[in-house]
Amino acid sequence: MCSLEKRGNLFFLTLTGDDQHRLGPPLISSILSTLSKISSESTPGSVLITTAHGKYFSTGFDLSYARSASSPSEAVDRLKAMVKSLRPVAAAFMSLPMPTIIAVNGHAAAGGFMFPICHDYILMRRDHGVLFMPEVDLALPLPDYFATVMRERIRSPAALRDMMLRGVKVTAEEGVKMGIVDSVYDSTERTMDAAVRLGEELSRRKWNGEVYAEIRKSLYPESCRILGLTQKPLVSKI
Amino acid sequence: MCTIEKRGSLFILILDSDEDDQHRLNPTLISSILSALSEIKSQSTTGSALITVAHGGSGKFFCNGFDFRWAQAVSSQSDARRRLRQMTDSFREVVAAFVSLPMPTVAAISGHVAAAGLVLAFVHDYLLMRSDHGVMYMPEVNLGITLPDYFAAAMRAKIGSPMALRDVVARGVKVRAKEAMEMGIVHSIHDNVESTIEAAMRLGEELVNKKWVGETYAEIRKSLYPELCSALGLTHNLIISKI
Repeated sequence: MCSLEKRGNLFFLTLTGDDQHRLGPPLISSILSTLSKISSESTPGSVLITTAHGKYFSTGFDLSYARSASSPSEAVDRLKAMVKSLRPVAAAFMSLPMPTIIAVNGHAAAGGFMFPICHDYILMRRDHGVLFMPEVDLALPLPDYFATVMRERIRSPAALRDMMLRGVKVTAEEGVKMGIVDSVYDSTERTMDAAVRLGEELSRRKWNGEVYAEIRKSLYPESCRILGLTQKPLVSKI
Repeated sequence: MCTIEKRGSLFILILDSDEDDQHRLNPTLISSILSALSEIKSQSTTGSALITVAHGGSGKFFCNGFDFRWAQAVSSQSDARRRLRQMTDSFREVVAAFVSLPMPTVAAISGHVAAAGLVLAFVHDYLLMRSDHGVMYMPEVNLGITLPDYFAAAMRAKIGSPMALRDVVARGVKVRAKEAMEMGIVHSIHDNVESTIEAAMRLGEELVNKKWVGETYAEIRKSLYPELCSALGLTHNLIISKI
């Protein structure tokens, strides 16, 4: 599941346990309610830092839960239900009224890669972990909102093709070259330290969270449309 | 005209040079490519891949765009315009067939590639180009012709940098292999035509070994280029073949 901790203006959302943090219904709903709590408690200067315990960030939907259904059609229904329930999570990240930082501690694949790509800043350890989209290998289609968010966040056509149409496993350093990852560090601890430093730096700006979220949304109009987010003009002060 | 060769799971689409070594796209070549793609699609299996090459003649051209000689071989300008429109309409189906082809596609660019020819190159997943000869360019701005909607969509889909897009489309810059590599347009460059084709074959084999399910592959490809798909009238299907 996930835990929430607050230190000063920094919220820490952590996927707990040393497993692969597979996105089954319990984890998805736990993340969604945590994001809703964070959003409701936000004040100017709030910042979110997301990370996970262990060697994995998340390897995506819980396919073993889907496959444990009594029939193939029910398995497909379970997968579709997970795809549907992760959509509001992506929408919540996209509209969260504060800067968001992810410290990628290990593999982030498929639905698990949606997490980094929905954060404003991606920090990653260089000694372990890859980012990848295995759908092409698994013969699974990309949910529409996955494809849209990927297109808006991965701007190089070659990088987009390599990740989506080739299933290439991207290390932290390759991620920097591809324009996906912001910065890399020698270990999980250093990645986390850097995330906290960046978080404190952003926090000092005391940005108005609502305006921040609107500006973020204006950068990703297609994603907002597919996630059902509308934009509204705000003038907090002039 | 074009021909198909099959080596194992690799399809090789060859633009040949019997009539025109610039491989200009006129109704004959367009319909020949379209029926070849339809044939390839019908024979595709899990792990198929396609490589497109141009053969013969001087070897200077991969494809030099629409056949303006054919368009202009009429008595009036309005007839010439009608012929150009006819090519634009029928080539749209070729582009749509590539975008929805259920297998990875590789183009071995062995010479100049211009206008509609560059669109033909761009609809492949991987572009390999020889570095000793040949440029890619869009001469429309020089010719005073606007780009059909699906040409512009293909350019936007495959050229990520706004500056590179401006230079190619709105400046008519002739892009050599090395520059194309820097622009992120081509996958790799090679010393000469032979090494380009060899590299394309190796890449083709590598992609074949992935044993990807073609239908899903095509759907993922389409999801990467929604604007191009909408200009081509292609719709998106969510396929879950297995989980």
